[in-house]
Amino acid sequence: MLKINNLHASVEDKSILKGINLEVKAGEVHAIMGPNGSGKSTLASVIAGKEEYEVSEGSIEFLGEEIDELAAEERAHKGIFLSFQYPVEIPGVSVTNFMKTAINETRKAKGLEEMPAKDMLKLIREKSELLEIDRKFLSRSLNEGFSGGEKKRNEIFQMAMLEPKLAILDETDSGLDIDALRIVANGVNKLKSKDNAVVVITHYQRLLDYIVPDFVHVLHNGKIVKSGPKELAHELEEKGYDWIKQELV
Amino acid sequence: MELKDKLVSSFMAFENEVDVDAYVHGLRSDAIKIFEEKGFPTKKEEAWKYTSLNKILKEDYSVFPKREKALEYSEVRKYFIHDIDSYKIVFIDGKYSSHLSQTTHEGIDVCLMSSALSKPKYRLVIENYFNKAATKDSLTSLNTAFSQEGAYIHIPKNKLVEKPIQIIHFSTGNEAATMLQPRNLIVVDENSHVQIIERHQSLTDNSVLTNSVTEIFANKRAIVDYYKIQNDNDNASLIDNTYINQKLQSHVSVHTFSFGGKLTRNNLNFFQNGEHIDSTLKGVTIIGNKQHVDHNTLVHHIEPNCESHQDYKGIFDENATGVFNGKVIVEKEAQKTNAFQANNNILISDKATINTKPQLEIFADDVKCSHGCTIGQLDESALFYMRSRGIPEKEAKGLLMFAFSNDVLSSVKIPEIKQRITKIIANKLGVNIGFDL
Repeated sequence: MLKINNLHASVEDKSILKGINLEVKAGEVHAIMGPNGSGKSTLASVIAGKEEYEVSEGSIEFLGEEIDELAAEERAHKGIFLSFQYPVEIPGVSVTNFMKTAINETRKAKGLEEMPAKDMLKLIREKSELLEIDRKFLSRSLNEGFSGGEKKRNEIFQMAMLEPKLAILDETDSGLDIDALRIVANGVNKLKSKDNAVVVITHYQRLLDYIVPDFVHVLHNGKIVKSGPKELAHELEEKGYDWIKQELV
Repeated sequence: MELKDKLVSSFMAFENEVDVDAYVHGLRSDAIKIFEEKGFPTKKEEAWKYTSLNKILKEDYSVFPKREKALEYSEVRKYFIHDIDSYKIVFIDGKYSSHLSQTTHEGIDVCLMSSALSKPKYRLVIENYFNKAATKDSLTSLNTAFSQEGAYIHIPKNKLVEKPIQIIHFSTGNEAATMLQPRNLIVVDENSHVQIIERHQSLTDNSVLTNSVTEIFANKRAIVDYYKIQNDNDNASLIDNTYINQKLQSHVSVHTFSFGGKLTRNNLNFFQNGEHIDSTLKGVTIIGNKQHVDHNTLVHHIEPNCESHQDYKGIFDENATGVFNGKVIVEKEAQKTNAFQANNNILISDKATINTKPQLEIFADDVKCSHGCTIGQLDESALFYMRSRGIPEKEAKGLLMFAFSNDVLSSVKIPEIKQRITKIIANKLGVNIGFDL
């Protein structure tokens, strides 16, 4: 589904990704771990199409097509979803109106009619129940004044609404208490199928107890330096990242 | 001939044409002297530092409305808030159009300034109110000198006027350049409530310069909601001078929606003559090209325990220029005043300009006054966030700008106006706001 070949990316001439290779197949869950500043969030943003990052070398293929030149919205239309580490507050746009616009713009891009209001309401009701989101919450301005947990739950709610093929969860566990973590993980697991894939970016192993990965990759200094089965996450939790760094030396 | 000289020399002819009433004649004669002495304001004056009238004064305006051109309602229907039942006072090239209007004398007076100025039964109201709130600056004086036609609205006490009143001035371009000087007087007595919508609309690309004066008197516990829709053609300029005199416990709100026109200057002045008064001034400005919109506001807190709320939002694209000059005066006696002022702006292009200047003069010591102004660009991280959800760049920008201006719309009390303004904004921003508000 996703094939990243020798990806180099920089921001304002500062090189951050220095040759990433990664392949994610449908039905798989990948975890990307690594110390602060290793390039995890950059990788997520580059896949989603953030323009301030410049791809200087390598390529990203999604469903067999190179997407390097596509705008963020075009990537979204193809089924890429990024759950933000820091979801942006948008005063004046309610959660419901935001989702309606996002869904209808995506449908428009695919040549489909707008979703009938009745179906939209039904979908919103279904998915908000999945994430245990209160109805009142949906009429509030997007992310404005939301707690950390509410923001992250709202991200997964959006993922549930948009049903992406590839979901990248960037530090979705940060700022979550244990109950919120369970709700979020449960939501992700229910959305999981053999046709879609999830990339979980995290600093800690905690979230991986709930969303169990098929593969764990360690990112260090802009490169994947180690890959392994889910047990690798436990090993990292016990030994810390210094262990990897020493092994590299 | 320069416009100033033309106006001064036309004054005698004008006075000969209209009914001579000793009281108003005296006011007019004094006013033309003031204008003759002061002339049009220039950038040398502090209040006109960022707005130059030079260019628009160069046109060869016809200063008297010549003939009335008939308009069919179907031609101009779209400029009315037509989906509500309303009173209408309509002018075409400065002359009253009975055909398009719907006035009344049943319990309330919704009619014409020309008849109020000439008929004895209005005499008392004219003597008590006419030109009493307006200040004696040059443009207002110019209007006073030529004051003859406009809306006259008198709501006696204890009336809740259910139908809004629409005041619309059309110019048909039957002359290459036209100058119009409408004069409106609105008196709302004790406990009464009225909603008014004002619009100036040019129907061709010929130049129009409107120098309008509106006086509003809100007596004890009166409520007045006033909406100004400024979405005129590219060659139409408007100088709007509005004076609001409030008495105790009255509530007056003025919403100004500025989307069109070449040069628009709003001189909006509130005088609080009583306790427990509430004044609200809100505005949305969205302009591009070489358009210029200047909001020059004054809130004069004279007595204790009053409030004022100002919230102006501006979005400026291309070579547009905006000005916000908000003056708040709190007199020594006006203790416990709450005065708020906010002016937030977004510059879309590198060539757009906004000059914003809050001016607070506070002489009382137990007051809450705040002001804030911001100038910024659209939030890039918000744009990426929206685009990553599949919302294309153009729509994302439109949605952000719409959300930015939406605060001001939330206090509009007539849903049909809110819908209309929403549509104009969506159209202006080139987006389809595909959701309910």
